[in-house]
Amino acid sequence: MSVQKPLPHDAAALHVTGRARYVDDIPVPANCLHLAFGLSKIAKGRLLSLDLEAVRAAPGVVMVLTAADFDHVPDCSPSAHDEPLLCTGDIHFAGQPLFLVAATSHGAARRAAALGQAEVAEEPAILSIDEALAADSRFEDGPLVWGQGDPDAAMASAAMTATGSMEIGGQEHFYLEGQAALSVPQEGGDMLVHSSTQHPSEIQHKVADALGTGMHAVRVETRRMGGGFGGKESQGNWLAIATAIVAARTGRPAKMRYDRDDDMVITGKRHDFRIDYQVGFSPEGRIEALEFWQYCRCGWALDLSLAIADRAMLHADNAYHLPDVRITSHRLKTNTVSATAFRGFGGPQGMVAVERVIDHVAHATGRDPLEVRRANYYAAAPAVAQTTPYGMAIEDFELHGMTDALAESCGYAARRAAIRDWNAGSPVLKRGIALTPVKFGISFTLTHLNQAGALVHLYQDGTIAMNHGGTEMGQGLFQKVAQVAASRFGVGMGRVKITATDTAKVPNTSATAASSGSDLNGMAVRAACDTIVARLAEFLAERHQASPRDVVFAEDRVTVGGESYAFEEVAKAAYEARISLSATGFYKTPKIEWDRIAGKGRPFYYFAYGAACTEVVLDTLTGENRILRTDILHDCGHSLNPALDTGQIEGAFVQGAGWLTMEELVWDAKGRLRTHAPSTYKIPACSDRPPVFNVALWDQPNREETIYRSKAVGEPPFMLGISNFLALSDAVAACGGAYPALDAPATPERLLWAVERVRS
Amino acid sequence: MADISFLLNGEIVRLETTDPTVTLLDWLRETRGLTGTKEGCNEGDCGACTVMVTDGDGPRALNACILFLPQLHGKAVRTVEGIAGPDGSLHPVQQAMVDLHGSQCGFCTPGFVASMAVAHTAGATDYNDRLAGNLCRCTGYAPIIRAAEAAAEAPVPGWMAEDLSALGPLASDMPATADALAEWYLAHPEGTLIAGATDVGLWVTKQFRSLGPVAFLNRIPELSGISMTGEAIRIGAMTTVTEFGAFIAGHHPGLAAMIRRYGSVQVRNAATIGGNIANGSPIGDSPPALIALGARLHLRRGEARREIALEDFFLDYGKQDRQPGEFVEAVSIPRQPDRLRCYKLSKRFDQDISAVMGGLSVTVEDGTVTAARIAFGGMAGIPKRAAAVEAALAGRPWTLETATAAAAQMGRDFEPLTDMRASSAYRLKAAENMVIRYFHEDQGVAANVLEVSA
Repeated sequence: MSVQKPLPHDAAALHVTGRARYVDDIPVPANCLHLAFGLSKIAKGRLLSLDLEAVRAAPGVVMVLTAADFDHVPDCSPSAHDEPLLCTGDIHFAGQPLFLVAATSHGAARRAAALGQAEVAEEPAILSIDEALAADSRFEDGPLVWGQGDPDAAMASAAMTATGSMEIGGQEHFYLEGQAALSVPQEGGDMLVHSSTQHPSEIQHKVADALGTGMHAVRVETRRMGGGFGGKESQGNWLAIATAIVAARTGRPAKMRYDRDDDMVITGKRHDFRIDYQVGFSPEGRIEALEFWQYCRCGWALDLSLAIADRAMLHADNAYHLPDVRITSHRLKTNTVSATAFRGFGGPQGMVAVERVIDHVAHATGRDPLEVRRANYYAAAPAVAQTTPYGMAIEDFELHGMTDALAESCGYAARRAAIRDWNAGSPVLKRGIALTPVKFGISFTLTHLNQAGALVHLYQDGTIAMNHGGTEMGQGLFQKVAQVAASRFGVGMGRVKITATDTAKVPNTSATAASSGSDLNGMAVRAACDTIVARLAEFLAERHQASPRDVVFAEDRVTVGGESYAFEEVAKAAYEARISLSATGFYKTPKIEWDRIAGKGRPFYYFAYGAACTEVVLDTLTGENRILRTDILHDCGHSLNPALDTGQIEGAFVQGAGWLTMEELVWDAKGRLRTHAPSTYKIPACSDRPPVFNVALWDQPNREETIYRSKAVGEPPFMLGISNFLALSDAVAACGGAYPALDAPATPERLLWAVERVRS
Repeated sequence: MADISFLLNGEIVRLETTDPTVTLLDWLRETRGLTGTKEGCNEGDCGACTVMVTDGDGPRALNACILFLPQLHGKAVRTVEGIAGPDGSLHPVQQAMVDLHGSQCGFCTPGFVASMAVAHTAGATDYNDRLAGNLCRCTGYAPIIRAAEAAAEAPVPGWMAEDLSALGPLASDMPATADALAEWYLAHPEGTLIAGATDVGLWVTKQFRSLGPVAFLNRIPELSGISMTGEAIRIGAMTTVTEFGAFIAGHHPGLAAMIRRYGSVQVRNAATIGGNIANGSPIGDSPPALIALGARLHLRRGEARREIALEDFFLDYGKQDRQPGEFVEAVSIPRQPDRLRCYKLSKRFDQDISAVMGGLSVTVEDGTVTAARIAFGGMAGIPKRAAAVEAALAGRPWTLETATAAAAQMGRDFEPLTDMRASSAYRLKAAENMVIRYFHEDQGVAANVLEVSA
């Protein structure tokens, strides 16, 4: 069987030779137009007029569009119809598109767009969480409140209490391939859109809406993205719509890709939060009452913020049983770029806050934070299931065994003691260590999204073309699902062709998001394959007077009644016998039901678990720091492909560590993003990975019936990066008696101030 | 601009360029249809556009997005398409990247492959440095390093050899001598001199600036190279930062260690010492160190030459002591016992612009400070000496108390800015602490996180 083998990514050979084709690499006709937006320089105000004479006169410019050129300005929002393609009068953030330039080259469009002059009446902008709270500027009528038990009474009776507040920065996706789309007009007003998107059906829907056609007139194709991470779930709408509009109006192909600075200014990022907490606990570190106030800066438009803020609430418990808890979530509307999906989708923010609480409780009680974690873990299955703050019974808790195994394999206890000794003799440098767990819920919380379709063809020569609604952004989804297909047919991988995601092949797909890609599409492809396999089995069984059950597909052969056929012989014979060799497959996740207003139900089919231990060294004179070692044990169920899953874990850890340390988004007092290029926004570089980096898989079957009992892996390991953050907190704590109360990202500057704080 | 000639994946290319500021990346992708080389940032910070450029000194990794075509004259360019063999065979680093799962989304991969192929050809195994200029957002780098290590022992494929002689005689109207440049610049004082283009490249790709008449300096051998006498080390303005770093390691290892973190391999291979000084940046990394070493700057305008202390070159933000038509010919460092330590402070260790860059040299005799030269970048509108700190050290006993007291003078020397890299207060505090760190390190106390391992 092909599943569970560590096979390379299906496009690896294309990647390394430069032959893997991304949207900007698709050859286009010479008359293709190239687009660029002219952007607002102010965060809030009225657009009074636009002087675009110089833009129109610039070399190569073919068309310039403003809102005035539309009867109805197309909407780019995935949710609330609140994102006009071009400014209709109200300016909501610095970077908002005001006009659109179409020119004969990418460079000509960019140079021309820089020449536009906007006359504006600037107004005071709401930028910060506090400003939004003061102005009651928010989405939804008021805060959402979920919880269980009686936190007020439990807090009042708790032996010890602590309060705190934590700033949690946002994060730029920094997919290496910027946003891009290419629209090619077809006959009869149809449109073909190549989009670097995680959500082709959304692109199709929004482009059809913009063009005033049915969805059937728009075909969206996505072969691959050069990274997505959530940043291409909704943010590609703008480019796809812009190119489709220009293509429809001019009859010429139109392409748009954001220059990196534009990409970072225009597109949404991870939501930044402030999370305040009050915790009541026993001297042993057992949490008796917990209250969180989550303040989420959503930016100017709704986008996916409600579901993201929900998921932050859904992960406020992480791995800990909180019988008396209240979580209050404020979704604040500000004049900043609309924050969007990013790997973890709010979960990381909710989770890092409760890990901060655990760290705080451990400091207050003088206990090893790992001991406090264990004391608060959910009970191990199959004990009486404890419920989450949203009332879901925890039936698959893996972390007791995983924590023990990791603490043992990484030598946690001995190293912690050795670090204490080392620090005593080191006045300038301090080490720290932290072992943190992850429990991450798997399913879209918008229940209807938990469905997937597939289309599988078996050709008469025995080759297979496989298509599904998932998109490939580097995670290896296509490879994993192809391994499923090959396993169902009992053939080698060479027979299975993976084809580009195409809305004309599989309709009404969900975004490739929420880590759901393999779970949903693997099952849909399995269903399609099994339909064809069943037809073949029935056909052969009839021929051999056998039962279809006795037809065996393995190793590129089919055996029945003592006969063995090459797989291609069977395909050809079935074709000649007029058997349909094409099938669709469909899957919907079972068991889930969720009431997001009440905050009750079972939003997740299951949980994925992980644990990481990270050791750091900190320079207390400057706050500079390094990871020295990281050990990870992560739960992928029975992995569909251990090599690809390990790659997801390693990459997610480094990305998560970057989020909490060096990746800092800085806006100025006027609401302009100052970190809009890799020169100023620093994602981890090669030497920032842990020099000792041990990653192992917890190879236990998923207790739920997922595809080959595997588990989703895209997002959960991102939060293993929290171990880096809390190891830094541990190192700071070695400098004095006070609790470090570290904010994120823990840049050298924040670390130095934390050192000063605990020393004073 | 006359014809330029270079090899592209082994084939001769001759171009008559009308616009000398077309980047290699745009030309590869838009004119040649070689779309394997990617644009990730268009400013030389991500490495997705990395190509291999070979000249008489061997192969180097360079960022194609800020490399102008005339800079390639007489050289050989190899893109990811040409790193695989003509028959489609994979280069060892490519095969290892496939086998060891070094690519995920694949968009950074061609740049990594180019950097890895250069390192492989050179037999280099310092992968953290070799790949510091290639960003990957998917893998966390671990499998890429495993691939680089796995390929290290494999022989360099024959197809990677470059036959530069195939280009024949190299005619060009680019200046070939310092005299010719001096004459040209005197005639075109409004023009732009292009050395490595790691800064000027961004004027074009990001700021859409018109450069006016341009002179490429890469054809003037006498402007590059390092020479040494008993008194001084003289570094030609066109000496690349890579060459300077390799040379200075034997004299001032702290400076070499800082240069290892200056830009990336791709940037250091293009950037020049002269350019890093002449552009007058307040956050250029070499000036504070050179000022701490007492460097002298050699300027030329037409036939007139003059020499000044490097710190006197920087007058004010964006303003240098340089006349129209005058250019930097060289910088020289007095020979001296090594007391220099360089402290480059940034959010990320590798390839990050400094929030603060300190160059500190404190001379101690018989327990007393006899001389102190301390200069900082990032603390003012120019690279500048910390005069009050230096004065508070001179003549005092070399103790932690002295260092702490001197550090406390920092606020008299600097009122740094707050920007996206750091706050004013942090810059000041960190600069103070660098003086204290210098003392600790001088006493053998561990104070460098890069020297700690698990």
